[in-house]
Amino acid sequence: MQQIVKVSQLTKQFNSLTAVNQLSFSVESGDVYGFLGQNGAGKSTTIRMLLTLITPTSGEISIFGYDLNKHRKEILQQIGAVIEKPDVYKYLSAYENLKLFAKLSGVKPTNKMLMDQLEMVGLASRAHDTVKTFSQGMKQRLGIGIALVHNPQLIILDEPTNGLDPQGIADIRNLILILSREMKKTVIVSSHLLNEIEHIATRILIIDKGRKLVEGTSAELFNDQQTILQISVANNDTAIQTILASNWAINLLPERDGQIMVGLNKEDIPNFNRMLAASGVDIYSLQARHSLEDYFLQVTAGKQHVGTFTN
Amino acid sequence: MWEHLQIELYKVFKRPRTYLSFAAITALIGVIQLGLLVDGKEYADFVMADFANSFSVDGKILNGYFICYVILQLLLVHVPLLIALIAADMISGEANMGTLRILLTKPQSRTAIVMAKFIASVIYTLLLLIWIAIMGLFLSMLIFGTDDLFLMKSSYVVIVKESDVFWRYAGAFCFAALAMVTVAALGFFLSFFAENSIGPIVATMSVIIVCTILSTMNIPLFNLIKPYLFTTHMITWKEFFDFRVNDANEAIIGSIQYPDKIIRSATVLAIHIVLFVGSAVWLFRKKDILS
Amino acid sequence: MKMRLNKKLLVLFTLFSISAALHAQDMNALVMKVKAKLEKVKDYTADGRMKTDVAFIKAPIGRVKVYFKSPDKFKLQRDGGISVLPKGGVSINIGSMIMQTGFVAIDAGMSTVGGTAVRVVKLLPDAEAGEIILSTLYIDETNLLIRKSVTTTRENGTYEMELQYGKYASYGLPDKVLFSFNAKDYKLPKGITLEFDDTDKAVKDKMKGKKGRVEINYTAYTINTGLSDAIFK
Repeated sequence: MQQIVKVSQLTKQFNSLTAVNQLSFSVESGDVYGFLGQNGAGKSTTIRMLLTLITPTSGEISIFGYDLNKHRKEILQQIGAVIEKPDVYKYLSAYENLKLFAKLSGVKPTNKMLMDQLEMVGLASRAHDTVKTFSQGMKQRLGIGIALVHNPQLIILDEPTNGLDPQGIADIRNLILILSREMKKTVIVSSHLLNEIEHIATRILIIDKGRKLVEGTSAELFNDQQTILQISVANNDTAIQTILASNWAINLLPERDGQIMVGLNKEDIPNFNRMLAASGVDIYSLQARHSLEDYFLQVTAGKQHVGTFTN
Repeated sequence: MWEHLQIELYKVFKRPRTYLSFAAITALIGVIQLGLLVDGKEYADFVMADFANSFSVDGKILNGYFICYVILQLLLVHVPLLIALIAADMISGEANMGTLRILLTKPQSRTAIVMAKFIASVIYTLLLLIWIAIMGLFLSMLIFGTDDLFLMKSSYVVIVKESDVFWRYAGAFCFAALAMVTVAALGFFLSFFAENSIGPIVATMSVIIVCTILSTMNIPLFNLIKPYLFTTHMITWKEFFDFRVNDANEAIIGSIQYPDKIIRSATVLAIHIVLFVGSAVWLFRKKDILS
Repeated sequence: MKMRLNKKLLVLFTLFSISAALHAQDMNALVMKVKAKLEKVKDYTADGRMKTDVAFIKAPIGRVKVYFKSPDKFKLQRDGGISVLPKGGVSINIGSMIMQTGFVAIDAGMSTVGGTAVRVVKLLPDAEAGEIILSTLYIDETNLLIRKSVTTTRENGTYEMELQYGKYASYGLPDKVLFSFNAKDYKLPKGITLEFDDTDKAVKDKMKGKKGRVEINYTAYTINTGLSDAIFK
């Protein structure tokens, strides 16, 4: 598979803060590349470096096989990007915004082309309304329309579902799938909505404090034999004491949502269940979880920034 | 860059605040013209009080050329604010709106983007000056008629023959345009340091006010830096309305008393423009866009 | 001996008094002859170019039209443009130099004006009520032309007029009149002019001259055409 993006030892220093630290990864043609990390992990900084909004302190970026530094204009002609909340000119209409950015992208837009683009993002009926009358979702869709107007090969979406309602999120997900599977585009999408990424990403990169933690396909990252058990009990303290006194102390994970979490091999689940019951722990439910979110929390050591709510 | 310039001009003239400036100019000039139409004689008498002790002046002093001079004297103190409204908003406004980051992901060089924005500011400034000329000069000529231009400088009086006035106004407006482009360049430069427009607009006006005070006060310390301040040179347009006399004290029609002053001031202003815009381009090329 | 000296003094004094009286009568007669020559012109219209020459005024030369009708109607009209004249008007009317009636002419000797020998005659008004307090005329006796006059007025100070003649000399009408006066120093606050004062000191000093002049060069006279009084309203 052709490498569309190759990042080597990328570093960005803001005074004393190292936002991105020796980051290396690659994106292959046709990928829906999930770019994950907690807030402040360095995702946006990395994406902005890919788009030449930020100058790297060191490292190399190659896109479509060309050095980004030396072939900026040619590379950007093939990239469409939506960065966080896509802001456009509020005093212009959707049509005027799209036309303006199309010209800046090197395209000579025709009326049909612009209306087709607006149709694709569901804004054809509001083409000539000023953007200040648009909802957040509509602005997001317009931003995507602007990103796609020049038919780029690489699409970079930074937090594209921010501020959207569930329908809006579903629309974005569907759009990404269309871009990837029907239009054969390569998509890099960063998001903190892990369950959304899980459904669409072909490859995933997780970073933390500017460093790569893991990179690979879902199949490479998730071990089928391992799972995370979510346990609901009558008395958490008693249950935790019991587990700590057992052979499974090392498997204990931080609580989540008031529930006890334990990382186990699948075949160990029955024995673990019997141990708890024999120790007199009243168990309400045992649920095996195998999601990206769980994996993410596990990999990033599950640091919770806000204390768990207990009723 | 030509395409980008068209886009920038399109954006500038699609914004309501652009027309606010033209409306403000129209209102300001209209008020001055109305005031002088109604009470112009009192104003002229006040200005000429000392002179009238020894001389009687015969002729139409309150003519269109004189009115335009009064307008320029007053307006060129206030027009910098209107210029800063647009120029100081060029980068900071985009950052504030969030459109700067989209703009810079497009396949355009940052230098081309900056230069297109600056040239758009310059075109706006020139159009504003042309509007001032239409309202201040041509409309005044229509309302008040024309005659010789009677000017009172601080230590002498100048009477410019009617047929010798118009080209001087052409020169004065060109020079005023250069002065206002310097203001635009300053506002444009300061626009890089903020992500909202108010800061650079206020900063631009503050710099102008402080420098004007330094230019005006006759303190030896300030006198050292005065020649290098752009505010010292912004009023050199007035030199177009002074002419040389021969040994018989006869006016030499078509002459300028101190052409070297005009050239020197124009050079200082041009250097300021180059410095401000050059710095802006240099900064912008290196700037990390975090907005 | 003493008696003879007294007699001699008395005779000398009498001869001197008679001579003075005769001389006074001669000056009066001279002035009346000049007046009579001037009175040949009942009215005239003249085109001229006027220059206001004051140290602190830079002004272009302006075109003027001058109207006169005997005995004392006079009007100076600009032909477009702005003109600056000393306060009280410029009495460039030659006739105004000579009082109409009730004066005493006193001989003040000879002098030269513009290379021409002239008789200096002082005119003192009989009555005290008039505008003119004293008038000194420098008269070219040969041609009966006033070459120069210095007039002291009650309201408008002293002014000097110098006249040069050409083809209209026979009518007593000058080709060029130079009207001189004193001008107060002029200064306007910078707050009104909104200027930074960086004028050269040399230029500023030059602007401090106190003498001012109005110069009119007449290009054509139209004489005795019967001007209407309406022109002077």
